[in-house]
Amino acid sequence: MKQRIRQNAVPVLFLCMCVLGVLISGQNLRYIAQELISRLARNWFLVLSLIIPVTAGLGLNFAIVLGAMAGQVGLIIATHYKLPGLLGLITAIILAMPIAVVLGISAGHVLNKARGREMITSMMLGFAVNGIYQLVFLFMAGTVFPIKNPEIMLDNGVGLRGTIELKYCKYALDNLIRLRLFGIDIPLAPIIVVILLCFGIRWLYQTKLGQELRAVGQDMGVASVAGINVDRTRITAMVMSTVLAAIGQVIFLQNIGTMNTFNSHEQIGTVAIASLLVGGATVSRATVGQGLIGTLLFQLLFIISPAAGQRLMGNAQIGEYFRVFIGYGIIGAALLIHAWERSTSQRSAHRQPKEKTPEVTLNN
Amino acid sequence: MIDSFKQLINKIGLPRLTIILFLVALLIIASVNRLPTSMLLSNSLVRIGMNGVMVLAMVPSVQSGAGLNFGLSIGIIAGLIGMLVVMEFELMGFLGLITALLIACVLGAAAGYLYGLILNKVRGQEMMIGTYAGFSIVSGMCMFWLLAPFKNPEMIWVVGGKGLRMTLAVNDSLAKILDNLWKFKILGVEIPVGLLLAFALACLFLEVFFRSRLGVSMKIAGANPAFATSCGVNVDKMRVLGTVLSTALGAMGMVIYCQSFGYVQLYMAPLMMSFPAVAAVLIGGASARKATVWNAVLGTALFQTLLTISLPVTRSMIQGDISEVAKTIISNTMILYALTRKEGDGE
Repeated sequence: MKQRIRQNAVPVLFLCMCVLGVLISGQNLRYIAQELISRLARNWFLVLSLIIPVTAGLGLNFAIVLGAMAGQVGLIIATHYKLPGLLGLITAIILAMPIAVVLGISAGHVLNKARGREMITSMMLGFAVNGIYQLVFLFMAGTVFPIKNPEIMLDNGVGLRGTIELKYCKYALDNLIRLRLFGIDIPLAPIIVVILLCFGIRWLYQTKLGQELRAVGQDMGVASVAGINVDRTRITAMVMSTVLAAIGQVIFLQNIGTMNTFNSHEQIGTVAIASLLVGGATVSRATVGQGLIGTLLFQLLFIISPAAGQRLMGNAQIGEYFRVFIGYGIIGAALLIHAWERSTSQRSAHRQPKEKTPEVTLNN
Repeated sequence: MIDSFKQLINKIGLPRLTIILFLVALLIIASVNRLPTSMLLSNSLVRIGMNGVMVLAMVPSVQSGAGLNFGLSIGIIAGLIGMLVVMEFELMGFLGLITALLIACVLGAAAGYLYGLILNKVRGQEMMIGTYAGFSIVSGMCMFWLLAPFKNPEMIWVVGGKGLRMTLAVNDSLAKILDNLWKFKILGVEIPVGLLLAFALACLFLEVFFRSRLGVSMKIAGANPAFATSCGVNVDKMRVLGTVLSTALGAMGMVIYCQSFGYVQLYMAPLMMSFPAVAAVLIGGASARKATVWNAVLGTALFQTLLTISLPVTRSMIQGDISEVAKTIISNTMILYALTRKEGDGE
């Protein structure tokens, strides 16, 4: 019982904050619901792409940014060739796939070399690859790669524009099946895709590979003794996460409609991870349900905080900064609690043999 | 021949060798393209002085065993507050600078103490926690900048009359005050003596500190905690002290940076500032477990010179400002390299 309260403390706290925020902001409920449903449809997939690495013991995968970049590369190419609608989206995903696989494999190798520091390493990976992404699309597009398309290029012919209109495949997925309920527009197709992904993840955990992922996540040593190729399994987890993130970013951007070429992917990692944590997930345990609920709460907070800030402090900017702060703060707090718990449990584990054999602790 | 070459590589370290070769190549291109080399060198010197103290801040935290200080932004915020207070009361010249440094130092030390206590609870995860502690503080302070009771009309938004502006110009008596102190020109290269002297003083202070009794115990605590405990050194205390020193140095480093830069940038500007500092000390040959003052000096010199020179050189060949991108790639790859090395192990 106690554990159950503790597990759900974070989502309950955020639920209270959200309810309070909705009351303070005084916004129209229909507006909130409309905003929320479209935000959920575009964010859920990205958040769920985080779950597999957590199961495999890699912690929160800040490197989904890599997948997001791969997705954007696909979209840039699709937009370049003016591929319309669903064709464009599918082409973008197909093109993004090999890039995401290569990036995922390399990320997996790097993380295998940085055991115990996976999260910070995955974050630095995101930053470093972002630098390379900028190099390619700011300086090499137009010079090394012969792209000539004034719609997406800067006027001098080198480098991509900061914002690219995705006018050929905007809403391509959303418009596939639209449903109107109580005056609220529901983009059914992306939600169906998310549901498929949920069942996909559930199915994966029942397969042999899924069992191996779990075993590796619980204890690498035991898994290795049991004959599981730990390194390979971890790389597989990274590849799956990166590929899912690439697809997620394509779904995300087709709803937004414009791509900030050099920023759209940067915040993805933080927002997705914060969403997952708000749902009550931890560094070592995350479920599909936590991802779904966490996204709902976090996005709700996103919608209401500017208006709540305006009402409360007379400044909408406060609300904007507040949600940024919540994003970083929740990740920081979750990491802190996890590390704290782990170090205390380690210490108490060490304390017991200390009384019997003091030299063991000296080597520690 | 090959053996001695290999030994040389091992001694200098592959990343440093790459950077040095890159630097030499850039210098050659610069002179071939007839770029004003003396001006490039002057700018490099200024940037070394500007960033040096912040890089130096990494040394005590690594030495005490708390690892690379990814939460340097906490110190940076303290430095910003120091600058803002001085600007609010329009303190001029050296009085202003010294007041700013003092406020920065006190606030930095206080924040560093709390931060150090947190880091003691999360051994082995200092880097990740530090990063997110920094991110949270920077974004949380955004709200403070909007609400803070600053009244100077030069600093707050014209519309609304509340909240600090994004970028504040440092007034003329304070801007570049260290840069211009005892400045002289030699062979066309301007030497910002005051600025470099401030950096040198900070280095000297750390060197002396690490030779003192306290400094030696801190080093031992960092190098071998179990041995330190058996010698009667309180490891936890030493780690807190290292973090305090690091954060206070970071705060003062920010004041020095702002006076040289001439502007104070608020809101999300300090978010990513700790990464180049971490990268610089790593370029200088440090690891997550070992860092010396020399590493910081060499790293700053190499990294900043590279960044300063790369901008005009690449601009002479391709369009656009590549230096920001170069900074991102170099600093993050360097940190990544350090994280994947065995000896960088935090355990």
